[in-house]
Amino acid sequence: MASVVGTFTIDPRARRAAAKRRTRGEGATAWAFVSPSVLIILGLSIVPVLWSLLLSFQVNDLVSPSRWVGFANYKALSADPAFQAAVEHTLVYTALYVPLSVVGGLGIALMLDRQIRFISIYRTLVFVPFVVSAAAQGVLFSFVLDPEFGAANSVLHKFGLPAQGFFSDPGQALYLLVAISLWSGTGFCVIVYLAALQGVPGELVEAARIDGAGRAGVLRHVVLPTLTPVTVFLALFQVINALQVFDLVFVTTKGGPLGSTTVIVYFIWEKAFKSFTAGYSAAAAYALAVALLLAGLALQLYQRRRKGVR
Amino acid sequence: MKKLPFSPWHFVLAPLALLFALPLIWLLVSSVMSNAEINKFPPALWPSGIKLDGYRFVLGNALFPRWFLNSFIVSAVAVTANLVFGSLGGYAFARMRFAGSRLLLGLMLATMVIPFQLTMIPTFLVMKDLGLIDTLGALIVPSLVTPFSVFLFRQFFVTLPRELEEAAWIDGCGRLRILVSVVLPLARPALSTVAVLTFLSTWNDLTWPLIAINHDSNYTLQLGLTTFQGQHHTQWAAVMAGNVITVLPVLLGFLLAQKAFIRSLAATGLKG
Repeated sequence: MASVVGTFTIDPRARRAAAKRRTRGEGATAWAFVSPSVLIILGLSIVPVLWSLLLSFQVNDLVSPSRWVGFANYKALSADPAFQAAVEHTLVYTALYVPLSVVGGLGIALMLDRQIRFISIYRTLVFVPFVVSAAAQGVLFSFVLDPEFGAANSVLHKFGLPAQGFFSDPGQALYLLVAISLWSGTGFCVIVYLAALQGVPGELVEAARIDGAGRAGVLRHVVLPTLTPVTVFLALFQVINALQVFDLVFVTTKGGPLGSTTVIVYFIWEKAFKSFTAGYSAAAAYALAVALLLAGLALQLYQRRRKGVR
Repeated sequence: MKKLPFSPWHFVLAPLALLFALPLIWLLVSSVMSNAEINKFPPALWPSGIKLDGYRFVLGNALFPRWFLNSFIVSAVAVTANLVFGSLGGYAFARMRFAGSRLLLGLMLATMVIPFQLTMIPTFLVMKDLGLIDTLGALIVPSLVTPFSVFLFRQFFVTLPRELEEAAWIDGCGRLRILVSVVLPLARPALSTVAVLTFLSTWNDLTWPLIAINHDSNYTLQLGLTTFQGQHHTQWAAVMAGNVITVLPVLLGFLLAQKAFIRSLAATGLKG
């Protein structure tokens, strides 16, 4: 009898061993599945992040052995007028680009959110500049805004207006960069808002209408509050983008004229790969990373609070 | 299209849409101008006829087709590798239990917030040690798989009902077989999103090629275009023709897969 029972019940120890064997086998397969991603992603992020931190305390020219200098790079950075100018330019760019692209995007999305003919063509045209690379945008606008051969001055001439210096004018260059970024970046906000507008509950709109709200009233009391989370997301997303602007600057002005468009990332690139002061550059990169981290944390906090409320 | 009544909104929307389209229209128009038309003052605003000199110049240039090929190779490898490694990793994180999986996933997600500027100098040094600087390898290795691809696949696989895989499981299929023949055929939205966003970011990238490549024979299109501009200042038609060829693949891809493209961008909120 005992032997019969023995053949039908499984010894708990054997079962545990079997489960262990199974998960061990599974573990090996799982590791085989994730190891390419883990090696590449962690190898090219965690290691460089720590390496950058070490670099920021060193003097390094990317070739010869580096020398430890403690906080000297950070001290020099805080006293460097070129870095202060770069921070200023980046803040001006961000302060103009973010509100204009988000509010402009909302306005255009509200206009495009209706069922009329050709609407999908309009939407496509507004969005298409977004997929054009910053390099291509830069080359195109360098041509359009060329003081001698550009179409922009040609048009001004037709209207009898004086020719402009555009990118060669230190008073105009940064604002032109904002305008070009708006041309390509507003479409993204439009698309995200258009998607969000589908989620505005129709019953609420109807209820507000019945209560005597006009178009403006519905917009103010129903539509805009529903869109608030999207607005916050877009604002922070655009801040993160704006703080990292580089490609467009590199292609159009190379930080000039007279340093008027040197933004933080351009400063970082220049210090590392043109003047070969990698340690100094790494310190500037860490300063930028802290700013980005704060923006990212604000987004996280906001989303968590929203989820909590729901 | 269904016939809809005429709306006064067209008077606002048509000029607005045209404003966004204008620079791209101008790109196309100027690429078929002759240099004489561009160089006279004030420059012509419309070509007298279609001149393909610019296109002949860039395509006849020994370097330009090379840049196109380089960009194509880097993007094609990046897209393929992201689909393969991203789906493998995503599947393991979604369906398999292994020691440290949660910690690892958390770490991978955390790396998404690291700005590129922070890692670019050490990445350059790593690539230099590997002997990859100034080769396409330096462009390919860092773009083989992104945390975003892994995460997107994981999120998609988690939503698939497990029952679909169970029959294959009972028949004795291994994990790889299940992933390839059961899960991936169902994952077309995830596959196309990862493919589209990976292509967009690798094809359009300028910063990393600028750092990692020295010789013009190893340039990508974006990088080549920026130097092209300086070298041929009077050859604007050629520069614009090169620009059209650079923008075209992304534009065509976008127009063909517009719906999927917009949905994936709106859903992920990511720019390449």
